[in-house]
Amino acid sequence: MYRKLLNFLSIFIFIFSLNSFAQDHGHDTHKKEENNHKVEQHTNSHNKELTLKEQIKEDIRHHLLDSHDFHIWQNISFPLPIILWDNGLHIFSSSKFHHGESVAESKGSYYAISHGNGHIYKTDASGAIHLNEKGFEANEKPLDLSITKSVAMIMITGLLLLLLFGGLAKSYAKNGGIGKGPGRLLEPIVLYIRDEIAIPNIGKKYYKKYMNYLLTVFFFIWFVNLFGLTPLGVNITGNIAITFSLAILTYLITTFTAKKDYWKHIFWMPGVPVPMKIILAPIELLGTFIKPFALMIRLYANMKAGHVVLMSIIGLMFLFKSWIGSPLSFGLAFGLSILELLVAALQAYIFTVLSALYFGSAAEEHADH
Amino acid sequence: MDKLLNEFSVGLFIWQTLLFLALLFLLRKFAWGPILSAVNEREEGIKNALAEAEKARQEMLNIKSDNDKVLKEARAERDALLKEAREMKETMISDAKEEAQVQANKMIEQAKTAIANEKSAAITDMKNEMGNLSVSIAEKVVKGELSDKNKQLQLIEQLLNEVTLN
Repeated sequence: MYRKLLNFLSIFIFIFSLNSFAQDHGHDTHKKEENNHKVEQHTNSHNKELTLKEQIKEDIRHHLLDSHDFHIWQNISFPLPIILWDNGLHIFSSSKFHHGESVAESKGSYYAISHGNGHIYKTDASGAIHLNEKGFEANEKPLDLSITKSVAMIMITGLLLLLLFGGLAKSYAKNGGIGKGPGRLLEPIVLYIRDEIAIPNIGKKYYKKYMNYLLTVFFFIWFVNLFGLTPLGVNITGNIAITFSLAILTYLITTFTAKKDYWKHIFWMPGVPVPMKIILAPIELLGTFIKPFALMIRLYANMKAGHVVLMSIIGLMFLFKSWIGSPLSFGLAFGLSILELLVAALQAYIFTVLSALYFGSAAEEHADH
Repeated sequence: MDKLLNEFSVGLFIWQTLLFLALLFLLRKFAWGPILSAVNEREEGIKNALAEAEKARQEMLNIKSDNDKVLKEARAERDALLKEAREMKETMISDAKEEAQVQANKMIEQAKTAIANEKSAAITDMKNEMGNLSVSIAEKVVKGELSDKNKQLQLIEQLLNEVTLN
C-alpha cells in the first residue's frame, strides 16, 4: 500500500518537475536579456521599471540562488561576512555591496556581485561585469569562501542537529536507557533508518560502519529541505554545489569501502562469457560514476523544481488580482506546500536509501553465481 | 549544463564538504555512537527480559503442573484413606456386632443355664421346704389328731381306706 503511494507521488512530483523545468527554461532566455540590460545600466541599475510579472520572475530566480546577505523580510536583512582568496585574503562585510548594487573595494581590488548567478567577480572601479557570447560572466573570479546565506543555514542546521541528537544521546545515560527531550521524537526515524534502510540494503554484518553517514545525510538533507520551506526561503539542497558535495561523499565511501567482490563485478563479471566480460567492464565502470551523478541531479532537480513551482503559484496570487484566481492559487500553493513537506522527507529518504544500496553493493560478499 | 556550471559555486562546495564532514564526525562522536549503542543495549535488554519472562512462565507452568500432580496425589491418597477408614469402620462394626451377638448368645445361654439351675435349685428347695412343711403340718395334724384316741383311730381308718382305694 505504502509503496504504491510512494510510486504515485514520485510520478506526480516528476510531472511537476517537468513543468517547472519548462518554466525554468522560459526564465533563462528572459534572464539573459535582463542581464544584458542590467549590465549596461549597472551603476544606476534598479528594476523599478520592471512589470509585476517580471519582478516575480526576478524574485524567484533570485531566491533560487545563494545570496551574500541574509534577507528576511522586504528591506530587513543582515549582512554576512565575505571571505575571498584573490592573491591574499580579503575579508569584509557584505554590506559593502549594498545588496549587490554597488562595487566593493578591498585592498585595492574591486569586486561586484553578478546579477546572473549571484557570484562575486573581480571588476574595475566602475563594477562592470562583462558577458561572453554565451551570456555568462567573463570577469576573473576570485575563490569565494564567504559565509553565504546557504553556508549560514548549513551551520545553523548542523548546530540544531548536534543539539537535538547530542541531547538525545546524553538523555539515554541519565534516563536509564530511555530517551528524553525533543530528540526522542526523531528516535523512531533513527531506528527506521537502521532497520529498514541500512540493514536490508547493506546486510547485518557490515551495516554498522555506514550508519553514521546514512543518519547524518538523511537528517541533514531533511532538515535543510524543511528550512527551505520556511519563509526564510533558503534553497540549499536546490543548489548543485551542495548535492555535488553529498554525492561525491557517497561515491568516495562506496569506492573506498568496496571489497574485492565489488571490483570483480565491475572489471571481470563472473558467470558471463569472456567477450561479454570485456564489453561489460567499461559499462560497469561508467555505472559507478553515473550512480552518484544521478543522486546529485535527483536531489537538486527535485528541490529546485519544488521551489520554482511553489513560488510561481504564490506569484500567481499577486498576478491574478481577482476574487477567484487569487484564492485558487492560494489553495494550490497551500496544497503544494504540504506536498513539498512530503517531498522534503521523501528526497532525503531516497538519497539515503540509494546511498545504502551502493554501500551494500560495495560491502557485499557474493557466495557465487 | 553550461548554466549549471556557471551557477556552480566552488566556495559553497568547499564549505558544504567541510561543514558536512565536521558534522559527520561530531555527530558520530556525540550523537550516533551513544544513541545506537544505547538503543542496542535497550533492545538486548528487552530481548533478554522477554526470554526471562518466557522462562519464568515455563517454570511457573512446570510448578503448576507439579502442584497439580501433588494435589491430585494428595486427593487420591485422601480418598484411599477415607475408603480404608470406611471399610475399617464397617468391618469393625460388623465384627463388633458379631462379637456382641456371640457374647449375647453366650450370656443368654449362661442366663438360661443359670435360670435352669436356679429353677431346679428353687424346685429342690421348694420340694424340701414343702416336704418339711408337709412333715411339720403332718406332725401338727398328727399331734392334734393323736391327742384324742378316737380321732387317732378314725385317722388310721381313713388312711387305711385311702390306701386300699389306691
